[in-house]
Amino acid sequence: MTALVFCDQCGEPSDEGDHPRCAGRRKLEPPRFCPDCARRMVVQVTPIGWTARCSRHGERRSADPLRA
Amino acid sequence: MTTTETGILATARTQVLEEGIGLSEAQVLDVLRLPDDALDDLLELAHQVRMRWCGPEVEVEGIISLKTGGCPEDCHFCSQSGLFDSPVRSAWLDVPSLVEAAKQTAKTGATEFCIVAAVRGPDARLMAQVAAGIAAIKDEIDINIACSLGMLTPEQVDELAAMGVHRYNHNLETARSHFTNVVTTHTWEERWETLRLVREAGMEVCCGGILGMGESLEQRAEFSAQLATLTPDEVPLNFLNPRPGTPFGDLEPMAGPDALRTVAAFRLALPRTVLRFAGGREITLGDLGARKGLLGGINAVIVGNYLTTLGRPAESDIDLLGELQMPIKALNETL
Ligand code: SF4
Ligand SMILES: [Zn+2]
Ligand SMILES: [Zn+2]
Repeated sequence: MTALVFCDQCGEPSDEGDHPRCAGRRKLEPPRFCPDCARRMVVQVTPIGWTARCSRHGERRSADPLRA
Repeated sequence: MTTTETGILATARTQVLEEGIGLSEAQVLDVLRLPDDALDDLLELAHQVRMRWCGPEVEVEGIISLKTGGCPEDCHFCSQSGLFDSPVRSAWLDVPSLVEAAKQTAKTGATEFCIVAAVRGPDARLMAQVAAGIAAIKDEIDINIACSLGMLTPEQVDELAAMGVHRYNHNLETARSHFTNVVTTHTWEERWETLRLVREAGMEVCCGGILGMGESLEQRAEFSAQLATLTPDEVPLNFLNPRPGTPFGDLEPMAGPDALRTVAAFRLALPRTVLRFAGGREITLGDLGARKGLLGGINAVIVGNYLTTLGRPAESDIDLLGELQMPIKALNETL
């Protein structure tokens, strides 16, 4: 398990300070910022999942048994 | 004090439950002023009204964002406005992914699939994408298709009707008297005009709004009366989910009891309407929200995720309907 470098909710470094609001949010929000470089990602939410694309680091998607 | 409380509930029992006549603006205000200890009685009455005038079926819908973000309008609650510093970036969904989303929706048992675009109104490119998407969905899946594409011209209304769109969503969002505090780039009256055109073209009208945007109780009552005048086929109720970077980003989410009281009051104002739990219920009411709403006047839900945020897993809501013995409304059946 690797720690995120940047918070995927607010884009700030994840080891600087607490991100309590971000932690609460994560349950009902897709990632918005690339954890590797903090760029804003292009996010598409679908009825059962999401995809998020960073122009540098490519696409991430929700764990989704139906689309795996 | 208790006399006025039992007063409005007693009146609603006769007028709404027995006679099917919705509460007036002043009566809704009385309901919104009921104290928390009258809430259970209110929710029970709203549930009885829904069962009596709509029946036990629940209409299940899935939604998808076809065009996300970058909207030129300034609706102060919206993370998709291009005018605010929101983390939501623009995205377009291709037709195969749209069809896939419709399939995912149908798999939950939903009979409604709503295609949404973050625009002031559609341009030719968006209309073409919608037409291609609807044709591809209809080829593969049996599901009612609704659209929410902003303000329409009379020609666009006719085009959508010809594509087989059975319902059009366009929210008035809030009371007319509060609208200018929420949106400044277009008017409530412009929205009303689109709704009028939609009805004229024979499509079903879906029109609701967002509660908890700083409106007063009087304005909530006003909004219910304005919706009652419109008589929409469906009213989706959202609760403000304060979005980072938007002008309403720092508002507090509505308190759970207020949300439930408002749902029940809207059911008493609109006894026969499809009243849908839409966005924000997870924030305002937590995991118990779905159950309490469905036992307090709600008879339709959006399952799965929303346009830019995530919802409860669809199965949780579908399981709940089974447990509450509320059948999912079948296709081609009108509530
Ligand atoms: S018109 Fe729709 S997408 Fe655009 S800012 Fe308003 S609510 Fe958001
Ligand atoms: Zn954070
Ligand atoms: Zn990146």
